[in-house]
Amino acid sequence: MEKKPIQEITRLQELTYELTVEQAMTPKVVTVSPHDTMSQFREVLRVNRISGTPVIEDGEMVGVVSIEDLIKSLAAGELDATVGEKMCRRIETLYADEPLVSAVDKFTRFRFGRFPVVDREGHLVGIITQGDIMHTLLRRLEVDYRAEEIHRYRASHIFEDIVADEAALVFGYRIIGKDFDRAGAASGNLKTTLSRLGFDSRIIRRVAIATYEAEINVVVYTDGGEIVAEVRPDRIRIEALDNGPGIPNIDLAMQPGYSTAPDWVREMGFGAGMGLANIKSCSDKMKLESTVGVGTRLEITIYVN
Amino acid sequence: MKLEEIVAEAGLTVQTAPQRLDTEVTGGYASDLLSCAMAKGQRDNLWVTLQAHPNIVAVASLLDLAGIIITEGKKLNTGTVEKANEQGVCIMTTEHATFTIVARLAELGVPGVD
Repeated sequence: MEKKPIQEITRLQELTYELTVEQAMTPKVVTVSPHDTMSQFREVLRVNRISGTPVIEDGEMVGVVSIEDLIKSLAAGELDATVGEKMCRRIETLYADEPLVSAVDKFTRFRFGRFPVVDREGHLVGIITQGDIMHTLLRRLEVDYRAEEIHRYRASHIFEDIVADEAALVFGYRIIGKDFDRAGAASGNLKTTLSRLGFDSRIIRRVAIATYEAEINVVVYTDGGEIVAEVRPDRIRIEALDNGPGIPNIDLAMQPGYSTAPDWVREMGFGAGMGLANIKSCSDKMKLESTVGVGTRLEITIYVN
Repeated sequence: MKLEEIVAEAGLTVQTAPQRLDTEVTGGYASDLLSCAMAKGQRDNLWVTLQAHPNIVAVASLLDLAGIIITEGKKLNTGTVEKANEQGVCIMTTEHATFTIVARLAELGVPGVD
């Protein structure tokens, strides 16, 4: 029962080490001068919807002034006092390239509302509040745990749940010839599926490129066909089938740069003669069979380990 | 460097999927041939091209690119915009030519992928 919260805390802690102060800070810093009045400062806070700013005089940071200082001035009826009189002169900064965990530590130690962020040369590059940190962490967690992750969790265990000496999942995708609006949909869907199944991103990349090129070939040269992916834990086999015109000379077609694509297809950036070469470089095994007037069958195997 | 900073520094106009501006860009590649972009583009790269038709979205999405920069003020058709927003592909445009924008990206420290 306790397991899940502990894992989540660990992920949050990990994130505070992975992320830098720079990634969480607000890079556009609003500043005020020590000669501004607290009443002017109130306007700055209101207009920018912020709760505090560094105080800069002649390019040097001389203090930090916050909404707490403003409240004190309001209570004392001293809105005409200058920022210089009311600001906090003790300046604690964070380096932009420090891990976020340093910021978390510093907020706990000093109980300040914000820290100016400087680069290693001491130039002011941003400002960070605890709200910024929470916002950044939550956004990262959201990215990590969005609904996609739920799919992934469910799907990535599927092979473990199957009781068999060998198991394969087979997915089929229909390709419509000359439909450039939908070209790439099959490879996109296969990519999403493999990612949910928990395959390594490098394997997915190879499958995505090879399938995309196969799909484009079917779209460009035929009236349509299908892509069938047979997915096993240790290998992925992709078949692209069509009843198109066929390839008269496979050796020639395999040569990088050789293309029979019409001009209008080339103008779209297709038909560079790199498709089959790309497929070959992404696959561990590639078999291309074609009969003129009957169709083409391309078989690609990519090993997972 | 974050995509957001590159957009600001290079004066690009964001046309789709602004949620991707948070991406840390890993490099860049320029070509108008889709197969070449497909072969070379790496995760979180920027792709600079003149092509503006919907198929560039599939390439960027399959490669998990940080975004596409379309040069010479080429107009995007609604199909491209819709598809890009749907698939979370950030498309940016510029009036500059490819060479100029690539030089600017290099100046900003975006490494080329070979």
